[in-house]
Amino acid sequence: MTAVRVLVGTRKGAFILAGDGKRQRWDVRGPFFAGWEIYHMKGSPADPEQLYASQSSAWFGQVLQRSCDGGRTWEAPGGGPEKSADGMPRGESNKFVYDTTSKTGKPLTTHQWYDGTQHPWEFKRVWHLEPSLSDPDIVYAGVEDAALFRSSDGGTTWQELAGLRGHGTGPQWQPGAGGMCLHTILLDPGDPRRMFAAISAAGAFKTEDAGVTWRPINRGLQSKYIPNPTAEVGHCVHRLALHRARPRVLFMQKHWDVMRSDDAGESWREVSGNLPTDFGFVIDVHAHEPDTIYVVPIKSDSEHYPPGGQLRVYRSRTGGGEWEALTQGLPQRDCYVNVLRDAMAVDSLDQCGVYFGTTGGQVYASADGGDTWSAIVRDLPPVLSVEVQTLP
Amino acid sequence: MIRVELPQHLQTLAGVGGEVMLEVPGPATTRSVLDALEARYPVLRGTIRDHDTLERRPFVRVFACARDWSHEPQDSPLPAAVASGAEPLLVVGAIAGG
Repeated sequence: MTAVRVLVGTRKGAFILAGDGKRQRWDVRGPFFAGWEIYHMKGSPADPEQLYASQSSAWFGQVLQRSCDGGRTWEAPGGGPEKSADGMPRGESNKFVYDTTSKTGKPLTTHQWYDGTQHPWEFKRVWHLEPSLSDPDIVYAGVEDAALFRSSDGGTTWQELAGLRGHGTGPQWQPGAGGMCLHTILLDPGDPRRMFAAISAAGAFKTEDAGVTWRPINRGLQSKYIPNPTAEVGHCVHRLALHRARPRVLFMQKHWDVMRSDDAGESWREVSGNLPTDFGFVIDVHAHEPDTIYVVPIKSDSEHYPPGGQLRVYRSRTGGGEWEALTQGLPQRDCYVNVLRDAMAVDSLDQCGVYFGTTGGQVYASADGGDTWSAIVRDLPPVLSVEVQTLP
Repeated sequence: MIRVELPQHLQTLAGVGGEVMLEVPGPATTRSVLDALEARYPVLRGTIRDHDTLERRPFVRVFACARDWSHEPQDSPLPAAVASGAEPLLVVGAIAGG
C-alpha cells in the first residue's frame, strides 16, 4: 500500500497532507508550530519517518524541529527540559554561528547591501533543509544571510561549511527582495562529494570535495538588472533542480530566464522558449522522465502573480524550449497568487504526482504528471514550501 | 523563587503554561534570570537573547514592576519585588501583530 505525505510550510505553521496511493483521499494534519513561519520542512530519503522543519519568527528567531515518527511528534533536538544537573541538554539546535575560527572558518566579511554599501553578515533564518541521501542524521541548512551549515547529529548542533561564504566573492553578493538567502541545496546522487547551492542574489555554486571548497558556476547567465550582466556572481537565481538519474543536467529558474546546463553547471543556456513570461520562482523535474520539467510563470518581478490572472503550470517534455500550458483544474480567471521558490515538488509513484502551493493558501496536486489538477486544501496561510514523500 | 512570564509562543515552545518559577542563584538580574531560564529550558536559547552575543533580540522587551527594563545593563539588580517573587519579570514581544 503506497501513500504520499505532502509537507507544507506556511507563514503561520506547518501542515502535513497525508494522501492515499491514488492521491484522491487526503487527511490534513496541523497546524504544527502554529503562528510561526515554517520556511521549509523535509524528510530524510534514508529514513522517511525522520523529518526536519525550520521554524522561525522575527521576534524569537530560529528554532529547529525534528520528528522521528513521520510528523506525529516533534522536538527541538537537545532542547527539552532539564532532566538532571549532569545531563542538561545543550540546546544548540538553533545555534547557527558563522565559522570564523582560524582552523576551519573564514573571516566574517561583508556583503553588498541594497544601496551598494557593504554590510555585515547577520544570521536571520534557515530557508532550506536538505537531508543527506544516505544518513538520516546528516542534514544541510541553507540560511539567510547566505551560508551553508551541516549537522551530523540529527540537527542537534550545526557547523558552517565556510568555504562557500568565504571563497572570495562574498562582498559582491547582495540580498534579493526576500533577503540574501541560500535557498537551494542539491546533492548529487552519483557523487557524494558534489553538491550545488544557489543564492539570491549571488548565483549558483558547486563543490566537488563535499563542501570544503566552492566556486561560482554562472557562465551563460545574463541578468540585465546588474551592472555587468554576465558577471561571475550577482545573479538572482531563484531555484535549481535535477533528476536523480541524470545529475549533470541542471535546470534553473532565474529571476528572469529559465536555464539549462548539460555539464553540471559549467555552462548554461536559456530554454525559456515559448513561455508567456520567463519570470518565476519554482522549477522541478518529473520523477521518471528527466527531460520533463515544470515551471509556473509569473508576470514580472514587480507583479508577482500569473499573467492575466490565469494560474498555469507549464510543462516541457523536451528539457526546455518547448512548453505547454497545463490548465485543467487550475483557476483561469481572477487568480493573483504567487508560487514561491520552494513550493513545488514531485512524488515518485508510477504516475508521477506534481504538487505546488500558493501564497493564497491553496495546495494543488496532479496525479497524472500535470494533465489535471485539484486542490488538496484551499485556505491555508500563505504557502512557503512544499515537499513530498512517497511512502511504501 | 523568581517568577517569569513568557509570551505565548515561548510558553508553547518550552511546554509550559502560565508563569515559570525559577531558582536563581546569586543576585537577581536580567542576566541571571535569563541564564536560569535557558538552563532549565534549553529550547529557549537564542529566542530571547542572541545565541552568540547574548544580547537581547531586537523585537523582545523585558518589563519589571511596570518599568521597561530592556535597556538596563543586564547585570543591574532587578526590583526587590521581582527578586522576592512578589512580581513577575515579563518577557514580551516588542510589537503586536504579525
